[in-house]
Amino acid sequence: MSRLSIITKGIIKENPTFVLLLGMCPTLGTTTSAINGMGMGLATTAVLFLSNMFISLLAGLIPAKVRIPAYIVIIASFVTLVQLVMQAYMSSLYETLGLFIPLIVVNCIVLGRAEAFASKNGVLDSGLDGIGMGLGFTCSLTLLGLVREILGSGSAFGYKFIDGDGILIFVLAPGAFIALGYLIVLFNKFRSKVLK
Amino acid sequence: MEYILIIISAVFVNNILLSQFLGICPFLGVSNKVSTAVGMSGAVCFVMAVATMLTYLLHYFILVPLGITFMQTVSFIVVIASVVQMVEIILKKISPSLYQALGIFLPLITTNCAVLGVAILVVSKEFSFGGEAHMLNLVESVWYAVSTALGFGLAMTLFAGLREQLELSSVPKDFRGVPIALVTAGILAMAFMGFAGLV
Repeated sequence: MSRLSIITKGIIKENPTFVLLLGMCPTLGTTTSAINGMGMGLATTAVLFLSNMFISLLAGLIPAKVRIPAYIVIIASFVTLVQLVMQAYMSSLYETLGLFIPLIVVNCIVLGRAEAFASKNGVLDSGLDGIGMGLGFTCSLTLLGLVREILGSGSAFGYKFIDGDGILIFVLAPGAFIALGYLIVLFNKFRSKVLK
Repeated sequence: MEYILIIISAVFVNNILLSQFLGICPFLGVSNKVSTAVGMSGAVCFVMAVATMLTYLLHYFILVPLGITFMQTVSFIVVIASVVQMVEIILKKISPSLYQALGIFLPLITTNCAVLGVAILVVSKEFSFGGEAHMLNLVESVWYAVSTALGFGLAMTLFAGLREQLELSSVPKDFRGVPIALVTAGILAMAFMGFAGLV
């Protein structure tokens, strides 16, 4: 597999949110606006990139029996790192995302890539895979956030283009489920056209 | 009185699945049948109560006195993973029938973000149930965890019942499987919004 396709496969072919359906909690919980979705996606990307590289570096040293706890501890350390950096330099975004930042630890995408890719491949490839999957996750979170923001509050990336409120339900909890359901259908239509 | 308010708040008003979006993976994954949904909820309830108690003690008796609260995420996930493992071993020994029923769900719970989420919430956020906002004490925390798990169970069971009905109805081809489940969950969440403002 070429290096470029390792990065690009995460965006359409194996999109973690719309195709693999992983990491649903942050997908639904943080996408009240496009910016929040993007911030969450980028934080996850950073963790994915670092933990993938580190795990592929240590893959030979970790005994197979205790690999899952070992991976989780490695991932949790990088999550703490990202958490502290965000707290220091992006405190308003950190406040908005709140609980979902420490919860990157239990995001199935991160552990899933560690197990499925990083433990079997080289350091560079694993890093690229982390970036690719992270970008796929970021794109889908931004898209879902954008849709919910446009419908729910009539703005895009914080710029308001209608007077008054939008369809409020899309910013609230039920809107998250419904918007994601419809986006999955549309994405898979588009994906099957592109891959044909 | 406060304990009643906690349970109403956690089960109906701030339902962990339908308004806080924690634990969505098992919600979508193992909610095809009512019986598996009930089994999963039972396992989550047990692990959540034990894990919250242990992480609460860990936070206030080790992390805070030593000034290493930044180790919260790492230490909590290790505690939860060990609790799950321990529960599995104990259950196997003392109640093989319960182990048979819950067995397959137990390993899944380690990566259920609801457990870690509640453990972090109770030590980092002030709650107000009727009275003034305050940090929860140990008993309230465990009670909150149990109530949250009951809310999880209620939403899981309702959703599984709906999905059993969905199996029988004719759904457009593109919506089959997860998309229609998500739309259904959205409508269920809308119904739960009716409880808003109750506590």
